[in-house]
Amino acid sequence: MIHLWLPLSLVCILIGAGAYGVIARRNAVLVLIGVELILNAANLLFVTMGSVRGDQLRTGHVLALFLITIAAAEMGVALAVILALFRDRGHIDLSEPGS
Amino acid sequence: MTTLDILFGAVGLITAASAVLAVTTQQLVHAALWLIVTLGTLAGCYLILGAELVALVQLLIYVGAVVVLVLFALMLTRAPIGRSPEQSSSAVQRAAAGVIGAGTTALFASVLLPALGGEIRTPRAGDTQGIATQLFGSWVWPFELLSILLLMALIAALAVSRMPTVSAAPGVSAQAAAPAAPPAPTVPAAPPVPSVSQVQTGPTVPAGGESA
Repeated sequence: MIHLWLPLSLVCILIGAGAYGVIARRNAVLVLIGVELILNAANLLFVTMGSVRGDQLRTGHVLALFLITIAAAEMGVALAVILALFRDRGHIDLSEPGS
Repeated sequence: MTTLDILFGAVGLITAASAVLAVTTQQLVHAALWLIVTLGTLAGCYLILGAELVALVQLLIYVGAVVVLVLFALMLTRAPIGRSPEQSSSAVQRAAAGVIGAGTTALFASVLLPALGGEIRTPRAGDTQGIATQLFGSWVWPFELLSILLLMALIAALAVSRMPTVSAAPGVSAQAAAPAAPPAPTVPAAPPVPSVSQVQTGPTVPAGGESA
């Protein structure tokens, strides 16, 4: 038995922290960390709903696995883009215009 | 308060605190390390919710692979060690980000908590066999699409990392590889591969030839 407000409030806190990280950071890698936090909040919501609501297709857990895979692919492409940005500009400060 | 409540409260508190620290710390490497704590304790949350397959996949892929990618990105972009306050925005933008973050939290809380927050449920016991049956039964086409997506991401990452940059194309090689390896710009036709390999192969290949 678990009170559902516990995982749901953790989802809310993770989304808020991720949104803060995306906006407040200037380094591109730190912005990505904020994006990862938002993705994990969505994942926690999937797992919570999949665990407490019984459905035949196991939708919550399967979609959580899919989301983890998509996040890994996104992370690889994002790392390549950041490295290309670094080769081009010499820094990855998102608040400065490119050369 | 049930046992699962206490367990989830303890682990979730660590998760929330480390998530806040990961986005507010002034040291770049510490942000990645706090991200490890966040993702690891989140795997513990999944375990408490009865999803042990998702928890193990989270540990394998997020903590094992994604955080390593983040650390590699920090190292390859020459992240400074130690406090670097210039990585955060100005105080005004940080205050605005705090307001927006708190607003997002309040928005989601106002939607999720009244709708579902009052319920007390028993998490279904982790049914890995059922998940696997559904994953390779009902969900098999999305699963195959995901493998194509991973392949596309792999090719895209390779293409982006070998893409000639605008400023490096006219021969202005805008980075620190130029002083480190003077004979490197004489390589004519090769697209600008990452500078580390140029620096590495430049001295080692003639040395090997002389010794042989």
